[in-house]
Amino acid sequence: MNFPTKIVDTDILVVGGGMAGCGAVFEAKYWCRNKCKVTLVEKANLEKSGAVGMGLSAVNTGTFTADPDDPKPEDFVEYVRNDLLGIAREDLVYDVARHMTSTIKLFDEWGLPLWRDPKTGKYIRTGRWQIPVHGESYKAIIAEPCRKSADEVYERVVVTHPLLDESRPNRIAGVVGFNVRDGTFYVFKAKAVIVAAGGTSLLYRPRSVGEGLGRAWYPTWASGSGLAIPILAGAETVNMEFRLIVIRFKDGYGPVGYPYLLLKMRSTDVRGRQWEPLPEEAKAELAKIFYDYAYAKPTPTPIRTWVTIQNLKEGRGPDLMQTQEKLPDMESFRLLFEDYLDMTPSQALCWASQNIHPQKTPSELMPTEPYVQGSHASSSGMWASGPPDIAPPEYRWGPNRMLTVEGLFGAGDVVGASGHKFSSGSFTEGRIAGKAAARYVLTTAKDYTPTISNDTIERYKEIVYRPLEWYHKNKPLTTTPEMPPQLTNWFEVHPNYLNWYQLLVRLQKIMDEYAAGWGMFYTTNTYLLNRGWELLHMLEEDFRYAAAASLHELLRVWEFYHRLIVGQAVVYSMMNRRESRGYYLNADYPYIDEENWHVFTHVRRDPRTGQWSFRTSPVIHIIP
Amino acid sequence: MQYDTKTRRAYNADPVSCAECLNCVKYCPEHAVDVRTYADFAPLGMRLGVIRDTKRNIIYWRIMYRDGTIYEFASPIRTTPWGSARGALDIPPREDLDSELLAMEDNPEYLGFPELPRPRQTIRVVGSLMRYKQTVESLKSG
Repeated sequence: MNFPTKIVDTDILVVGGGMAGCGAVFEAKYWCRNKCKVTLVEKANLEKSGAVGMGLSAVNTGTFTADPDDPKPEDFVEYVRNDLLGIAREDLVYDVARHMTSTIKLFDEWGLPLWRDPKTGKYIRTGRWQIPVHGESYKAIIAEPCRKSADEVYERVVVTHPLLDESRPNRIAGVVGFNVRDGTFYVFKAKAVIVAAGGTSLLYRPRSVGEGLGRAWYPTWASGSGLAIPILAGAETVNMEFRLIVIRFKDGYGPVGYPYLLLKMRSTDVRGRQWEPLPEEAKAELAKIFYDYAYAKPTPTPIRTWVTIQNLKEGRGPDLMQTQEKLPDMESFRLLFEDYLDMTPSQALCWASQNIHPQKTPSELMPTEPYVQGSHASSSGMWASGPPDIAPPEYRWGPNRMLTVEGLFGAGDVVGASGHKFSSGSFTEGRIAGKAAARYVLTTAKDYTPTISNDTIERYKEIVYRPLEWYHKNKPLTTTPEMPPQLTNWFEVHPNYLNWYQLLVRLQKIMDEYAAGWGMFYTTNTYLLNRGWELLHMLEEDFRYAAAASLHELLRVWEFYHRLIVGQAVVYSMMNRRESRGYYLNADYPYIDEENWHVFTHVRRDPRTGQWSFRTSPVIHIIP
Repeated sequence: MQYDTKTRRAYNADPVSCAECLNCVKYCPEHAVDVRTYADFAPLGMRLGVIRDTKRNIIYWRIMYRDGTIYEFASPIRTTPWGSARGALDIPPREDLDSELLAMEDNPEYLGFPELPRPRQTIRVVGSLMRYKQTVESLKSG
């Protein structure tokens, strides 16, 4: 167990090479030139990593221009504010929108096949913001300028813990991690750290729990590291209770954007009543729970999701996408298949294996398990400082997109209360954070040198590899036969340790049953949340008995730990928000309470004591 | 995917973490990776063939249903040659580190506007939707 230690000194460290991370590297290097060094660390292979690693069939946040036909940033703010049920950081949303055109033009120049109108040459829009793309290689294309821009790229290195400065309070100094192939222990020291390590899947029990555990809508490698690393550093979260649940094709988890927006399909319950697009007469009933947001146009995603959940719960479900009504020819059929093959191949494979021909039969829709991330139709994430020229003073305590820890920035899924960034907006936010970090290291933090003692480095090295040591020390005690190298024995029974799979399944069960997962029809109450909180605490205590047979399992163990930290932040936020706003029902407070709870919620974990605290802060609307 | 040095074959070592992204299938230079989709919900019999041609920049798919129906699809993957994208240092430098403009945004065509947009009109309403609506109504009525 004697792995070498490698220390990397840099100016700007970007953690995670997905869309936001690539945007951060590109923009930071543009402004740094030869004056500061930009380093990227990524746990997988840059070309196919991050949530877009499977491909994607649209840039869902497109261009905003002076052209009268194009939307303006104000329009986008209005839409996002309604979709997030009023609780949005309008300064952050506006900031992303006003920089979108340059991002899309760069994508176009780099070679992303955006769809154009052959007559006008303008990008085609399927909705108000979305531009369809032939996106099988979306991430591979974006990775190319990113790799060219970075001074150094460390792939196959997973970051496990943040390092705080030992001479200044609340100041990030770097991170630690290890190489999943050769086991080298990495210590990165930096003047600024941009965390862009993605949101959280598999925190809640997914719909398939056997071999298909990994078939979630949000990819399995989104292990919550982007949220857990800042939380472990003591940064504040925002709206962690506002987890994302989306309606997707059953089992394959194929998205529904193309069918609804491009092919104009509709969905019904099993008795044939249409629910999407949502009929006007259904809105009065929904307004009893969702207040005036039920009348917003378009209907906010949490409300549309709630309709499908209710249909399922009351026996009218599952909702059915009436694909056969809108696939009159081979051309539309090809469009539908390409959509999935380019971004969620499982959906096409699911149809093929179940003999579902979408031109003949409808397909079932299901609400997913909850995800925790800030780039889609939800607002959970970290609390970030806003743009200096727009943000109200309360939202401005440091450089743009700096979190509440000095020198620690976020982008993409990491930054909360500003959803609907999607892939292209996450890249844009990475760019915004990249420029802010470059300005920061060239001015404010010019003379800063990280203080990290050798004792700290050795202590973290011991912590990081402990699951490996623990496994090999205790292995002889079990009578379960050994598995071939790299394979996890999911059902190994051992008195002294738990493997990553056993830990993960316990976490998923707690989150599902106590914190409003699909198994409870997204419903919880104060009793359940308090009990879930206790069980999570015991799970954290048991983590000291985590075991890893190989470096691959060690990666999975630390991914589990990041999910556990995110789960605690979610449950603690849900315990404290005394209303139901978001994709769940707290049966003790079953309605939106505008008067008392039109606020942001924040939780913080004290990095010294591990104690959690909660506060709220007011929502300041700045765009009429 | 892990490589077994004894059998000289690769295998999916962690199927429960597999998102079926198919990158192993697309990137294998020998097209040697076969797929059997998730046991949880996929009946047997589906077959898949895929070739990602990075010279012609087209991806070709062939899907055989359990019932034997075959569909073939092809779509573009990129409009420029691989390796041609400009990195940050290939773009001419600028001095306005203090501005809010990002790379290329000194060019109005890239920015989409003559200058960086700022809200046309700003308000400051703290809290509920009701208060927000009242403020916007009073602004409209002048």
